[in-house]
Amino acid sequence: MFYREAGDFKTSYMDDSETFPIRFDRYRYYFVLFAAFAVVPFLLNDYWVNAVLLPFLIYSIAAIGLNILVGYCGQVSLGTGGFMAVGAYACYKLMTGFPDVNIFFHIILAGAVTAGVCVIFGLPSLRIKGFYLAVATLAAQFFLVWLFNRVPWFYNYSASGQISSPERTIFGFPVTGAETAPWTAYLFCLVFTVASAIIARNLTRGMAGRKWMAIRDMDIAAEIIGVNPLRAKLSAFAISGFFVGIAGALFFSVYLGAVEVGEVFGINKSFLVLFMVIIGGLGSIFGSFAGAAFLVLLPVFLKNLLVGIMGWPTDLAAHLEFIIVGGLIVLFLIVEPHGLAQLWRLAKEKLRLWPFPH
Amino acid sequence: MKYKLLTAVAAAAMAAGPALAELTFSSLSYRTGPYAAGGIPFADGYADYFTLLNERDGGINGVKINLVECETGYNTEKGVECYEATKGQGVLVYQPLSTGITYQLIPKATADKIPVHSMGYGRTSAKNGSVFEWVFNYPANYWDGASIAITHILDINGGDINGKKVALLYHNSAYGKEPIRTLEELSKKHGYELSLLPVDHPGQEQKSQWLQIRQQRPDYVIMWGWGVMNQVAIQEAANIRFPMENFIGIWWSGSENDVRPAGDSAHNYKALTFHNVGSDYPLFDDIGKYVIDAGKAAGAGDQVGTVLYNRALYAAMLAAEAVKTAMEIHGTTEITPPMMRDGMEALEMTEEKMIALGLPNFGPTFSISCQNHGGYGFGAVTQWDAEAGEFKLITDYFQSDQDVIQELIEEDSAKYAAENGIEPRC
Repeated sequence: MFYREAGDFKTSYMDDSETFPIRFDRYRYYFVLFAAFAVVPFLLNDYWVNAVLLPFLIYSIAAIGLNILVGYCGQVSLGTGGFMAVGAYACYKLMTGFPDVNIFFHIILAGAVTAGVCVIFGLPSLRIKGFYLAVATLAAQFFLVWLFNRVPWFYNYSASGQISSPERTIFGFPVTGAETAPWTAYLFCLVFTVASAIIARNLTRGMAGRKWMAIRDMDIAAEIIGVNPLRAKLSAFAISGFFVGIAGALFFSVYLGAVEVGEVFGINKSFLVLFMVIIGGLGSIFGSFAGAAFLVLLPVFLKNLLVGIMGWPTDLAAHLEFIIVGGLIVLFLIVEPHGLAQLWRLAKEKLRLWPFPH
Repeated sequence: MKYKLLTAVAAAAMAAGPALAELTFSSLSYRTGPYAAGGIPFADGYADYFTLLNERDGGINGVKINLVECETGYNTEKGVECYEATKGQGVLVYQPLSTGITYQLIPKATADKIPVHSMGYGRTSAKNGSVFEWVFNYPANYWDGASIAITHILDINGGDINGKKVALLYHNSAYGKEPIRTLEELSKKHGYELSLLPVDHPGQEQKSQWLQIRQQRPDYVIMWGWGVMNQVAIQEAANIRFPMENFIGIWWSGSENDVRPAGDSAHNYKALTFHNVGSDYPLFDDIGKYVIDAGKAAGAGDQVGTVLYNRALYAAMLAAEAVKTAMEIHGTTEITPPMMRDGMEALEMTEEKMIALGLPNFGPTFSISCQNHGGYGFGAVTQWDAEAGEFKLITDYFQSDQDVIQELIEEDSAKYAAENGIEPRC
């Protein structure tokens, strides 16, 4: 009824190629942005930010990055944890090496460094595909974690081998360190998340994205129609690495504040982000958000429900949480292999015809 | 989906409101995951001591104790979530039983003004209370542990270990890396050769490390392990027939769960401790009567008297004593985390107090001050008797090499103070 193209006249090419062609979608998008920037910061407390919102925002960036590589370009990667570690350690070295430069630029530079590293580890993708590429990126994961543990230069020779982020400010407000107010940390990450999503969305529906998708769907055919696989694949690795690096830098500097590479950026992180992408929906920016929300919020929600409200023993709740989350993942993959994004798409299709579907 | 979950989480967060007129403690426990073998007995002991106080004495000075348990799985992110979830309830002191989580909490708890007690773990230089105002690690820390192990080796060898080979087998994390500096300093002093063998999380895979031990043939192996890593290491040592009496674990590598899987071949394995072993104390009669027999035991109730259960009792007891001290100082029974900190800083453990508590000769006597948040660093060596199935103390309590350690602590805490712009208080 209200959710349809009819009556929404496009009078310029700009209008015609909008991300949200339907008016209702557009207003919903503006509303969400308004709420996220102008309403949520006033309602926050430490728990909400540190347990729910920061992980959600940061994992969303990582999932967007991985989605570009896996979902759009079809190159399976199990190195996300290692690449996030590159972002984190690059950010740490930049923060401690150039303390006068604003943290904002350090995080972007950390993304750039990760993009470079990601390209190097993406080189094998020119010769190998599928499972073999997954194994090659798995090697990147283990190598990078080993490297950051082994070479003391990366952690400034600290006795514990940990990196911890010193206090840095933006416009006089601390965004890293213990004195950070919840709303500054939230807004800082939100800016990166929204910017990443907008950039990723526009890249994926432009020429770069079409090249990636051509490579994903059939690389030989893509080559024949004039897509250079070297540039397409490596650009996917670079851009994916850029986002993943930003996520790693934020994860270390804003969210955790102190990081131990083996524990925080281990193979589990790679799988977690990959699950987010698969559950959310391969090849969808919305899916990256939905997947991150699903895997960040569900465990927190279950824990609060089982322990906080129902008063169950913590170990029982923790085990049950594994069972429920695992079970839901399997269920989702059976019922809707294209992920949460596909459910969203279907809902929109139905909504267009509602209330007269025939 | 997203919004529905958000509202549900909001409802859950609101339901867990603050409780009034109670002493709130938090147990950041881990009863799941690869470190649960250590986490379960500790969580049980910690909870049982507070249950005992509630059941027998009606709390501390008449104020009931509310223990909030939160499962961390020894995972840093979940630990942060647990900290944020529980701190609003007025938790008096955090004891996370994880060096990684302690490192996370040091800046956060300092900003929130909540004390952290990392008993025998965490950041060693937190002993310097003039820099680390809110962090305590009494009665002993990792560097004490490293020194005690070396002193024990010195004792066995009549005071001369020049040219001996010592290997450190450690969990490749902030926890396992802690003793390296001290062992390096001590090797300069005593002239032994130190080799380092890191084991990655979670620690089931140690074949290459033990192959190296077979090749290098160190005279002694010191272990900084936790969770499943301990069991695997002791089994591997048995497999290569490494003499167990030359294999010394830190206090976190010396529980029954660690040696039992290796059976008889674990006989004579040594581990350090900073409190006594066994259940032959008057307090355990009360625990049996008021907690176990009354069906109020935490967990399965089968851990009483094990090494880690005792350690948790000791941790809970020290927290309760600090509460009493805080109540005396401030003349009120409704204490807040900053008052608790004052109580911890003025804590004095004497033998009379320990006897009155029903734990005679259970732990060292010490007193805490503004400069010293770490006690005096006394420890002893225990040895596993596979036939009897128990750890036995084989030495008296002796002090670590304070000359070496104090200097390192000054150096490390001064570095932390400079990095974070902290003015030493005293």
